[in-house]
Parts: sequence; structure tokens; C-alpha cells
Amino acid sequence: MIRRLLPLFAFVLLAGLLFVGIRMNSGKDTSAIPSPLIGKSVPAFSLPVLGDPTKKISDRELRGTPYLLNVWGSWCPNCRVEHPVISALARRGKLRIVGYNYKDAPEDAQRWLDEFGNPYAIVLADEDGRAALDWGIYGAPESFLVDSQGIVRWKSVGPIDDDIVRTQIEPLLAAMAVTR
Amino acid sequence: MLPELGHVALILALLLAFLLGVLPMLGAQREHAALMATARPLAYGQLLFIAIAYAVLTHAFLVHDFSVAYVASNSNSLLPLMYQVPAVWGAHEGSLLLWVLILGLWIGAVATFSKSLPMPVLARVLAVMGWVSFGFLAFLIFTSNPFARLLPAAVEGRDLNPLLQDPGLIIHPPVLYTGYVGFAVAFAFAVAALIGGKVDAQWVRWSRPWTNVAWAFLTLGIALGSWWAYYELGWGGWWFWDPVENASFMPWLVGAALIHSQAVTEKRDSFRGWTLLLAIAAFSLSLLGTFLVRSGVLTSVHAFASDPKRGLFILIFLGLVIGGSLLLYALRAPREEQGQPFAAFSRETFLLGNNLLLTAAAAMVLLGTLYPLLAEALDLGKISVGPPYFGLLFTLLMAPLVLLLPFGPLTRWQREQASTPLRMLAPWAGIALLIAAIAFFTSANAGWKTIAAYIVGAWLLLGTLRFVRQRFVQGKGRFTAEMIGMCLAHSGVAVFFFGVLMTESMSIEKDVAAKPGQSFSLRGYDFRFDGVERSQGPNYQADRGTLLVTRNGKDVVVLHPEKRAYASGGSILTEAAIDGGPGRDLYVALGDSLDDQGSWALRLHVKPFVRWIWFGALMMALGGFTVAFDKRFRRAVGEAST
Repeated sequence: MIRRLLPLFAFVLLAGLLFVGIRMNSGKDTSAIPSPLIGKSVPAFSLPVLGDPTKKISDRELRGTPYLLNVWGSWCPNCRVEHPVISALARRGKLRIVGYNYKDAPEDAQRWLDEFGNPYAIVLADEDGRAALDWGIYGAPESFLVDSQGIVRWKSVGPIDDDIVRTQIEPLLAAMAVTR
Repeated sequence: MLPELGHVALILALLLAFLLGVLPMLGAQREHAALMATARPLAYGQLLFIAIAYAVLTHAFLVHDFSVAYVASNSNSLLPLMYQVPAVWGAHEGSLLLWVLILGLWIGAVATFSKSLPMPVLARVLAVMGWVSFGFLAFLIFTSNPFARLLPAAVEGRDLNPLLQDPGLIIHPPVLYTGYVGFAVAFAFAVAALIGGKVDAQWVRWSRPWTNVAWAFLTLGIALGSWWAYYELGWGGWWFWDPVENASFMPWLVGAALIHSQAVTEKRDSFRGWTLLLAIAAFSLSLLGTFLVRSGVLTSVHAFASDPKRGLFILIFLGLVIGGSLLLYALRAPREEQGQPFAAFSRETFLLGNNLLLTAAAAMVLLGTLYPLLAEALDLGKISVGPPYFGLLFTLLMAPLVLLLPFGPLTRWQREQASTPLRMLAPWAGIALLIAAIAFFTSANAGWKTIAAYIVGAWLLLGTLRFVRQRFVQGKGRFTAEMIGMCLAHSGVAVFFFGVLMTESMSIEKDVAAKPGQSFSLRGYDFRFDGVERSQGPNYQADRGTLLVTRNGKDVVVLHPEKRAYASGGSILTEAAIDGGPGRDLYVALGDSLDDQGSWALRLHVKPFVRWIWFGALMMALGGFTVAFDKRFRRAVGEAST
């Protein structure tokens, strides 16, 4: 009897592992991929603004107040998942949200924003993804929390949810406000 | 309006699947004939409604109905017609619908080709398949509705993922799914036998042809996928140990073990419990593969757009189906091994060895695939297990399999003098070694893998021929379909391993920066780069390179590798140019433009015997199909009903 229960035990172990996998995947742990940029200045860049290619924004111009750099693309399904969360964060007005449109065609990006709403204070367009190399971006969505001095404080990979906002972003913001 | 009808059709199919899972099973348990008789109509009914839903979704693609969210995300008015129908299975929701449709077709096939099955058996088998169908339909309806509307409708679709815009898409997924899902039949027979309490050899006889057909489809599907990756992804390899490839490879390995162990159980009545377990495992691994691909737990080039909610749903479903059937196995499997006893040196022993090696290989693939997840869960950091792990372990496990394969068919059931098959095979082993020695001294740059290629290829092929000769000597040249299929598949194994080892050892590749007019020499072939031009495709713009390949001053072929920029989404895709032949493939992929003088980065490959890999797989698949047509199965079913 015990011997014939072995396959079932093996499967239960496997199912447990898969369950852990789902939990990790849908929550905090994957967002904790360390970025070598944390504690360092954001990489120098000068990127055109979405919808106005003649106007360029550099890293220096974004300094002054903290911002969340949110990497997204119209081709990215998970960006749509986190879109309501980002929008809510933007509406609260405590944090500037800078969009980073990654490897996207400008007209697709614009259509996406028109369709779902534009939570961003400004959207940088990195069409070929070259500037993203300096950031260590390898997909979307990804987000970077940058303080008023232009230092990267936090990075997350994958869609941000309310939980992450409450337990990670807001405490960091509060801490930044104190040290300032 | 139509998409809503599709949605309703799916819900009706769900209801019918529920009834199919309940009524015939109840009938079989209570020996109630009328309830059992509902099995067939219910099976056909749910298939009908799934087919309607499927047709509706296809129609939405053909008329570019961008008010359907799924169509808007995966099609575009510029999408060529030949991709509009396959675009249905281009992403998660539609491919799941295809999965359900194929399951419905298998259920319908079992309902049709089972005239002589005893009614309680048929009722139970169809009911078990009904549960599986119910689970997938519920998954489809509750988490992945392909008919969800997009309001207001999109003006233009986002286009099908350009990677998928290839003839490979038309054929690879349906064939692969047919294989995957086909293991549900063997699973259903096994579970039905456990529920019915009759775990003798009978269920195996009924399910054997189904298992062989499913396995053959899976073989074809995997080979097509590998072929697709080879020429479409532009990486020049044929297998990457990607989690999704592994997900289809695990059921294949267990399925290969299953078709052998079923043969033992059917003919000798041995391995009863083991065969039950393998039948459950093969389908469980199919389900696990679905989970891995669609839950987003593992990252892969294939991964579907993942949604955290879906993972949990499939996991619960997996728990019910696999956990339930394994529990049933623990409670109901035969207490002790019955069947005819066999000696240490017998065909049973060789087939047991085959089974152990194949399942060990599947376990190793499973471990390697899930190890990154395990490491992450235990906080060991992000680790990926690469080709070195798989390559080494596979060599270790396949070497004894190759060595022992020719012995199996030449050894008698139950008991055999060890010297008999050894004497039969010794001269052929000598010839194989001789061929390898000749190859070693004649070819210029032979490594150990090249030698291994000749030894393995010749040994397997000659060993199989020895069996053919045996049939002419002892069996007066009479072959059953089962024997022909076996010989075909085993020769396919020979061709496959020869192709793999030759490609691995003799391939050569070179990354070059090419100026127009410049020539590069590789394994005796001269590649002259003649520049790059712009060209226009239906929904993309391409940079199209031209290379003239010559050998000893004679023209071989002109190759046109492309780099395509798709109009929608802006993704860029390399389209490698390949000149294929039985002896070698010439393969050129276009890299990036290097300057404004027309210089480009190029990747050149010469790959000897790479096609043999797929040809070998094709032979294995044909072997599987052939076995299924053996007369014994038709006769056996006929006898069982009387």
C-alpha cells in the first residue's frame, strides 16, 4: 500500500512546488530581482517625448522630485494588467509617474494610451530599446523608483499590484520624504 | 451577435461535458443500460457545440471582427489569408479552444470506433474523458473567454505575433495537440479499468492502438516544432531544452515507455500496475506541460501571455485529475504482480530496461525544467539549468538504451539463452565497428562524436535488419503490422541518432562582418556576399541579402536571408535562408547593418546531416501509426465482445 502511494506523494510534492511557483510569480518575490543600479544614479540618457519626437528629455531634467519610471509597451499584455494600479497611483498625486515606452511603434503607443487612459506625467519613447540597455531593462513591465537626486532606490519586474504599492513603494516614498 | 452565440455554444458544451462525466458513469456503476447509452450522444453533442464555437471564432478572424478582443490582439486586416485561419490558435485563448476541440474529436473517435467494447467499459471511458473536457471547458469559459468583446471596437488589429507568421504555425500546434491530448484516451482506459475494478490485460488491448496513434502524432508535432525553431527562429539549432520543448518531450518519453510496457502487459500479462501508472503519468505530464506553458511560472520563448489567475485554476484542475487518479491507483492497483513469470534474461527484462531508462530520462527532464523554480523557492537565487546538464545526462541514459535496443526484438519472451542473441548480433556489431573505423580514417576532422554517430547508426540499423532476417528464416517472411511498425520506428531511432551526433560534431558556424563582394570559405563552400536590398512584403518591409554559394568554382545556390520589420508592432524578425539536402544544410542569417557602405553582420553555418534528425523522427511516427493498424487489435476487440 505504501509503495503504491509513492507516486501520489511525489505528485503532492510537485504540486506544492508549483503552488509556490504561482505565488512567487503573482506577487512580491519576482519583483525583488536586484538591480545593480540601486543606490546609483540613473544612467545618462536623452530620449524623445512620445508624440513630439523633436523634443528631448534628459535624466537631468527629471531631477527635483521622486518619480516612478514605468516601462511599458502596447505589445505587452501584463502592462494592461498593471495599468489600473498605475493609474490609481497617478491619481493620488503623491508620485510623478514617468512612462518609458519600450520597443514600440509611436502610433501603437498613442492608440494604447487613448484606449486605456494616460496616467503618465510624461512618456519617453525608446523605440529601438538601445537606451534601455543602460537601465538593464529586459522586458515590460518593469518599474524603477528614482529619488529627487536622481538615485535609483528600487526596481521591480512584472506587473505592480496594490500590494506592492502599499508594502514597498509607499514606505520607500515616506522614507525618502523624511531624509529629504 | 455571432460571438455571443459562440460563447453560448461553449457553455452548452460545458453542460453536456458535465452530463457526459456523470450519467454514463452512474449507469456503469448501477448497471443501468439506458444511462450508459447516453454516453455516445452526449459525446457527439459536446463535440458539435465545441465545433460551433470554434467555427464562430474562425469566422470572426476571417471577417476581421475587431470588436472581439482576441481577434483584435491577434489579427490585422493586412494579415495574409493563409494565416487568418491558423491565427485562431495563435495565442492563449484560441489555442485552448483548439485543445478542447481536439479533445472533443478524440472523444468522438472513441465513441465511433468502439462498436465492440462492452457497454460499461465504453461508458466509463467516455465519462472519464468527459471530466477532462469539463475541466478544460470551464478553464476556457471562466478564465480565458475567446469571445470577450472589446468596446469600443478597435479600428485595426494588433496583428498576429510575427514569429508565428509562418507555415509552421499552420501545422505544428494542431499536430502537437493531437498527440498531447491523445494520451487522454489511454488515461481514460486506465482510470476506467481502475474504477471498474478489472485491471487485467483487457483494457491494455483496447487502448494500445490509441496510445500508438497519440504517440505518433506527438512525435510528428515535436519534430515539426523543432524544424520550425530551426528555420524560423534563426538560431540555427534544432533543440534548445527550452521549458516548453521539455514540456512536450516529457510525455513523449513516458509515452514511448508506455507503448512498450503496454505490449508486455497485453501479450504476457506482466507489468500490470506499472502500465497503469505509465498511462496515468503520460497524460499527467501532458497536463503539466499545459500548466507550465500557460501559468507563467517558467519563462520561455514560447510562454503565452500569462495571467496569475489562470495558473491557480490549472493547478487545482491538475490536482483533481492527477491526484485523483493516483489515489485511485494506490487504492485499486493490483496487489501483486501477476502474469507469467520471466527469467533474468528474457524480452521482458529488456523491455523493463527500456522503460526504466525512458522514465529516468523523463524524470531528469522534469527535474531540469523545474530546478530553476525549486532553487528560487528555496532562495538559492535565480539559476538556470542549461544544455550542459541535459546533454550530459541524456548521453548517459541513451547510451545503454542504444546498446540494448537491438537485443529486445531478438530475445524470446520469458526465458532465453544469453548466448543466442549475442551470437546473432556479434557479426553485425563487428560490421558497425568496422564502418566506424573506416569513417575515422577517411574523414578529416572526426571527433569522438563522429565515430559514435557511425557506431550508433550502424549498430541500430543493422540490429534491426538482423530481426528482419530472423523473420525470413523463422517466420517465412511473414510480418505483422506491429513488426513492420517496430522495425520502422527502430530504424528511425538509428537515423535520428546518426543525424544528432553528426550535426553536433561536424557543424561549423562563423559570424562575419561582410562587405559587398567579399567571400568566406567554410567546409569547402565559398559564400560570396552580394549586398542587401530593400523589399516589400504584404505586411512587412524586409532587408534582403544575396549570397552566392559555390563549391570548387561551381555554383551551388543563391541564398536570400531576410530581416523583416512588421508594419504593426514594429517587431523585427530574421528569416534565415537555408539550402537543404540529405548530406548537409547551408544556413545563412542576416545580422545588423554595420556601416553605410553596405557592410552587414552575417552568420554562416554548414550543418551536415541535420535533416536526418527530422527524418528519423518521421520514421518513428510512421512506425507508431503502422503498429496501430495491426489486425490483432481489431480481432482482439471483436473477441472481447463475444
